[in-house]
Amino acid sequence: MRLVVASGKGGTGKTLVSTHLAWLAAERGLDVTYADVDVETPNGHLFLAPVVEREHRHTVLLPSLPFGHCTGCGVCHDFCQYNAILPLPDSVLIFPELCHNCGGCVRVCPPAVLSEVPHEVGTVREGRAGNLRFLDGRVDVGEPRATPLIQEVLRRIDAGTLAVVDAPPGTSCNTTAALSGADRVLLVTEPTPFGLHDLRLALQLCRTAGLPAGVVINRADLGDDRPLRAFLEAERVPVRAAWRYDPELAVAVARGELAGRRVPWFRDAVEHLLDACLAPQEDGRS
Amino acid sequence: MKQIVVVSGKGGTGKTSFTAAFAELAGRSVVLVDADVDAANLALLLDGSDEPPREYQAGRLARIDPVRCTGCGLCVDACRFDALHLAEPHRVVLQDLACEGCGVCAVVCPEDAVSFVPQRAGQWTVRDTAFGPLVHAELVPGAGNSGKLVALLRETSRGLAERLAASWLLIDGPPGIGCPVHAAVTGTDLLVAVTEPTPSALHDLERLLELAARFRLPAAVVLNKADLDPAGTDLVEAAVAARGVELLGRVPFDPEVPRRLAAGTGLLTVPGVRDAVVACWAAVARRAGRANASAAEEGRDAAV
Ligand code: SF4
Ligand code: SF4
Repeated sequence: MRLVVASGKGGTGKTLVSTHLAWLAAERGLDVTYADVDVETPNGHLFLAPVVEREHRHTVLLPSLPFGHCTGCGVCHDFCQYNAILPLPDSVLIFPELCHNCGGCVRVCPPAVLSEVPHEVGTVREGRAGNLRFLDGRVDVGEPRATPLIQEVLRRIDAGTLAVVDAPPGTSCNTTAALSGADRVLLVTEPTPFGLHDLRLALQLCRTAGLPAGVVINRADLGDDRPLRAFLEAERVPVRAAWRYDPELAVAVARGELAGRRVPWFRDAVEHLLDACLAPQEDGRS
Repeated sequence: MKQIVVVSGKGGTGKTSFTAAFAELAGRSVVLVDADVDAANLALLLDGSDEPPREYQAGRLARIDPVRCTGCGLCVDACRFDALHLAEPHRVVLQDLACEGCGVCAVVCPEDAVSFVPQRAGQWTVRDTAFGPLVHAELVPGAGNSGKLVALLRETSRGLAERLAASWLLIDGPPGIGCPVHAAVTGTDLLVAVTEPTPSALHDLERLLELAARFRLPAAVVLNKADLDPAGTDLVEAAVAARGVELLGRVPFDPEVPRRLAAGTGLLTVPGVRDAVVACWAAVARRAGRANASAAEEGRDAAV
């Protein structure tokens, strides 16, 4: 089963929830993988302290014009939807930061002089943290193409095992890519108008993707959780867990520790959450 | 007019509440942009009436004609975005969420079964707030193209700021360091990174400052919730100093802040926090002026 932990708003506690779910599942002896696909800002490793066993530089293919048989016909430019290739009289100018690496220009080039060259986008790491299998992706600073790296991390999850995926915040390309192949989604939110606003959008994304979602309310006492709960009830979205703000948790997070090791009530809360996540789904697809 | 972008790397460090507070302190000579288009929250803090929304269309989506499609599967292999699947023999299905509208499937289809429809990607508007106009948008969840929408909002707001002869253009940036952030920070006069004393925030801040260096943008840091963890604060301060980046100010943590935000008011209504935020804004204003002066100097040097 693949469980994706996501949130519309950033900083609501996605990594706190996903690292703990994965860690406690491993403590139960389950074959579980933690996959951090928040590739712009991956933080799971700070808490799980994995032993990295393999590193892999991931590449995508970008067009290039190796030698000068270009006729300047401009067919590639007419094809490209992203304005990434500009014809000159006898060559082309390629804008790598605009290219989506679709490969189309290479296919349509009449004299077939365009070719593709690998371009590095980031690093995938594989390792272990105790019994837990660890995966993360880290996009290179300045690289605009994050989704191919997200897909590469997800590809390395073994089918048939339990996987907890730490998704990027938001509802755009990267989050959509992180949801691909998911069985269930857990949305982490907080009881502020910001949290609610962004949760609505995240829920809409889950529905478009046809994925059932449950919600975790973090720091439930910091703010006003009544509008949030009313919304979730009206939308029939189950609250899988809710917990209060505890300075002890903040201290653990500030030290880069798994908070569940030092705060027993929190460990219990995540154990219950894990039970709920592993239980057969009753809420159905919305 | 100075363009200031407020970013953070890690989400939830207080970007939006700082942007709103800065707007209030900027003396009614400000244009605001919410560039966090897939979680746009600035409008929740700044009341006002919106102009009628404008549609934002971006890109297109493929459509497969089921009558013409023979299910040969050539497009399935050609699509680099995994948007096409052979559902049952002789039928190809397209996943809208994955399609980037590139058109490769249409090139390889022998049956001419592929056509395209424009994609409605969101809408945007301008709100008349007490501090100045706010350009904000809402992206359709899953529509993608957020970087392009950010670029559109920036262009609109720049025009507006010039027309109004505003002194400040304040941009509430997206989290992360990827494509929408590139669109939000390009060409700004000062990048203000709001961070907090945790390993996650520091890790993401370092990546963000690396990005700023690569884009040759003057950057400075505001340390929020500075009293949460003294050891963490020392680490952030050391890391920032090591990069030669200025720390503009420290703002204490007060559990009253999330409560006030939940009630729809901002940082400036919390007494202990107010003074620190006012000092931060003064530092931002001073630094933006200087950043601009030194850029002008560099320009002069280059001209010589
Ligand atoms: S690979 Fe696709 S996106 Fe890149 S330049 Fe060619 S046609 Fe444009
Ligand atoms: S337009 Fe491009 S992304 Fe969309 S289905 Fe066709 S090949 Fe795939």
